[in-house]
Amino acid sequence: MIPRDPPTRDENAENAGDAPPPQTDLWRPGPSEGGGSFQPDSGTGAAVLDPPDESLTPEEKPEGATAGTDGDRVIRIGSGQGFWGDWQEAPKLQVRRGAIDYLMLDYLAEITMSIMQKQKERDPEAGYAKDFVALMAELAEDLVEKEVRVVSNAGGVNPLGCRTALGHALAAKILPRRPRVAVVQGDDLMASLDELIAAGHELRHMDTGEPLATVRDRVASANAYLGAEPIVTALEQGADIVITGRSTDTALTYGPLMHEFAWSGEDWDLLAKGVVAGHINECGCQASGGNSLVDWRQIDLAVPGYPIIEAKGDGSFIVTKHPDLGGRVTWATVTEQLVYEMGDPTDYITPDVIADFSQIRLQDLGEDRVRVTGATGRRRTDRLKVSIAYHDGYKAVGSLTYAWPDAYAKAERADEILRARLDYLGLAFDEIRTEFIGAGACHGPLAGPPLDDLPEVTLRMGVRGQDRGAVTRFTRELAPLILAGPPTVTGFAGGRPRVQDVVAYWPALIDRDVVEREVRVETIDL
Amino acid sequence: MRVKLAEIAFARSGDKGDTANIGLIAFRPSVYPILVQEVTEERVKLHFEGICNGEVERFELPNLHALNFLLHNSLGGGGTVSLMLDAQGKTFATALLRMEIDVPEDLLETPSLEPSPE
Repeated sequence: MIPRDPPTRDENAENAGDAPPPQTDLWRPGPSEGGGSFQPDSGTGAAVLDPPDESLTPEEKPEGATAGTDGDRVIRIGSGQGFWGDWQEAPKLQVRRGAIDYLMLDYLAEITMSIMQKQKERDPEAGYAKDFVALMAELAEDLVEKEVRVVSNAGGVNPLGCRTALGHALAAKILPRRPRVAVVQGDDLMASLDELIAAGHELRHMDTGEPLATVRDRVASANAYLGAEPIVTALEQGADIVITGRSTDTALTYGPLMHEFAWSGEDWDLLAKGVVAGHINECGCQASGGNSLVDWRQIDLAVPGYPIIEAKGDGSFIVTKHPDLGGRVTWATVTEQLVYEMGDPTDYITPDVIADFSQIRLQDLGEDRVRVTGATGRRRTDRLKVSIAYHDGYKAVGSLTYAWPDAYAKAERADEILRARLDYLGLAFDEIRTEFIGAGACHGPLAGPPLDDLPEVTLRMGVRGQDRGAVTRFTRELAPLILAGPPTVTGFAGGRPRVQDVVAYWPALIDRDVVEREVRVETIDL
Repeated sequence: MRVKLAEIAFARSGDKGDTANIGLIAFRPSVYPILVQEVTEERVKLHFEGICNGEVERFELPNLHALNFLLHNSLGGGGTVSLMLDAQGKTFATALLRMEIDVPEDLLETPSLEPSPE
């Protein structure tokens, strides 16, 4: 393991019993905000360039996270969760089945924040990933003993609540040392939304250009995407566990690299390489053989190893996994993840840097090791993205399954009958969508005409509209088709479909300064 | 000779709001120029007729011998608004691999899948 004992840590190890008062630091923007040059420091420019390709030699097997001269020092960041609901065993395997320095746990997708906001409205103590608390309680001893630090956005819309729950969960644990836990706050703009709008921040929709005022009364959550700097601050304060709200997924990986290698917040090329590492880590097993189209039959995914980034101070890194677990890391699995959810590869915008993925080079070293180099970066933008969710009506989706013979024709007829009944009842919706599962629901017309002797076809119908009553009534119109519809029907065991709130997404931009002056990092020993 | 993209490339797809992205990756670097020439924005738009209701954008990643496509207005509104079974565009990748393109006669004679050269 890397020896990394900030002085504050040892002090607290000695005073494990009585926790020091909370240490609250206003996070300050990087030096670029001070009016200095925005250009990369030319003095260090040469040192951060990738070595030329000829100098690349296949790496030896991983030595684990071993300290050496700084140029050789390697930091291993294991990915443990790619979304809220990912495999619970993965982080345990990352910690217990080999050496890592950091465990990265990503819980947040665009829509997750609004789900958590809804939970918080019902229970002010909720609004974070509860799985995370149980996981940390189970892993606490291993984490302390192995000195593995955790960086996670599990805090959702209530990072403080997450820490409180973690405190309760860890209280009864006898540990060699009390874990130091940092909470990053300031991404949540919900409470200051009216103030912001009044001050002229219109939060216009990035695609439509409409001001947020249009849907203000229906907003469910509003969070700015924070970058890595508060994470770095937390790690500098000696945090063993960093809990954030809406940090970017990639920052959870490159924040630790900035901290460990003392990367400047203005070294755009280094930051961009870190962003690439984060992009590879952020979807869990998707970089180590999961959802891989190439060789999917041959990849053992029963107990897969999730990806591990082995990074050096020059920003080059190797993607790998623990050797005695399933999964696979090849140029193909890494490339698939690199292009996943990609926009313009030369313009990958994060709060800390604009990364250019177009010059990335991969070198497959064999034995589940792929070397990644070549990403470059440009100066970060002056604005941060804000993820806003707002209520936009209701929807429900239900299904019925028709069996051979003429399964498709029966499902089609059922669709006609159902639509006629909705019409007869005078129900109006913004959208009615029918799909025929087993007969081209995924690839539509590209799948060709449905066969006429399919063994079964599932009719899947959904409606969406502003009138909750109409949507509710729709959910009662499926079951009658069992007795009053086409023959040989089944698949209604689940009962009536559920009426769901539609929570729409409103991406916007806001001046960086407005958010960053409110960002706080609070660190205490639990 | 006419082949399905599935024979010479692989892909992964995902979503950003109502836009689907598809990364198309050549099995071998030598196939990449053929993808660049044949799998144009226009052809992809035509291929996804009835599915993609917006424009198609293409970006080139020569080092990874990959193309990235953005299919706008394709996911029924995206997120929780969408009523689609595949609201996140996860299956768009293999839908693209159904496309047939013209390739040189000898293309498939060389070994099919090799690691990317350094």
